[in-house]
Amino acid sequence: MLQRYLRNMNTLSESDMALLSEKRVAVVGCGGLGGFLIEYLCRIGVGSLIAADPDRFDESNLNRQLLADSASLGCGKAEAAKKRAALVNPGVSLTALPLAIDVVNGPELLKGADLIMDAVDTIPARLALQETAELLKIPLIHGAVAGWYAQVSTILPGDRTFDRIYGKNPEARQRDRGIEKELGNLSFGPALTAALQTAEAMKVLLNRGGRLRRKLLVADLLENDFEVVELDRI
Amino acid sequence: MTITVRLFATLREGRGKELTLDVPEGTTPRNIVSRLAIPEDEIAILLINGRDGKMDDRLKDSDKLSLFPPVGGG
Repeated sequence: MLQRYLRNMNTLSESDMALLSEKRVAVVGCGGLGGFLIEYLCRIGVGSLIAADPDRFDESNLNRQLLADSASLGCGKAEAAKKRAALVNPGVSLTALPLAIDVVNGPELLKGADLIMDAVDTIPARLALQETAELLKIPLIHGAVAGWYAQVSTILPGDRTFDRIYGKNPEARQRDRGIEKELGNLSFGPALTAALQTAEAMKVLLNRGGRLRRKLLVADLLENDFEVVELDRI
Repeated sequence: MTITVRLFATLREGRGKELTLDVPEGTTPRNIVSRLAIPEDEIAILLINGRDGKMDDRLKDSDKLSLFPPVGGG
């Protein structure tokens, strides 16, 4: 066992670590959620990552995006993820994709991934991720954040949980953004949400524990209200 | 009849988390959303007793209506 994973013991076993080292996880979006997801997945010992984001860092990212700092302003987000992974855990192999993932390129670019982490910031981008995950038949770990509020869900092939979360009618699905458009995002929201998503990812990859399948964990940090809402099948 | 309305995230502002409303027979979620002055496009998830509901469904006595806005930041 590598010294760096000593404190993973014994919540994770040596065989868990061997399994994680063989896994490939796609983080789509390298902003608020994505920065923390990459950090957590690298540190815990997932062997291989794909980090996708077409954007570059600007000053408005500094309040919450882990990979945004005075040195990375103007740099590509996916490339910054690659640099961070090399710094935090050189044992992780990270493929940086400076691209937006859509239904056309997604199945090819994310092929070979064991699961997809939702770290995108629009509703249409999430619907495209759901289609990609369906085509690849891999799980998708949803996270979204706005101001004091966060939500997480684990979506397995066939569940199509986004049809529930973002509405079935075409009008609602065309909505580009949610309440974050008004509320913005604070430093702790993405960190909290990414931590919950990483815990879900570990349970899916290691096949253990209770998961948020067909359930939505909703957190209201203003009222300290955490609830798991059951979502029945469509 | 009596309906319990559970509101989430920003829908709680100025309205509270959980409301018990006395409403006439045949009331729909749309009637309640209108009574609470919630714009319909602020609702992403509408559950009646934990199951997927529609704006025009007829509610029954003791039904629990849960309303969520879209959360989409990343």
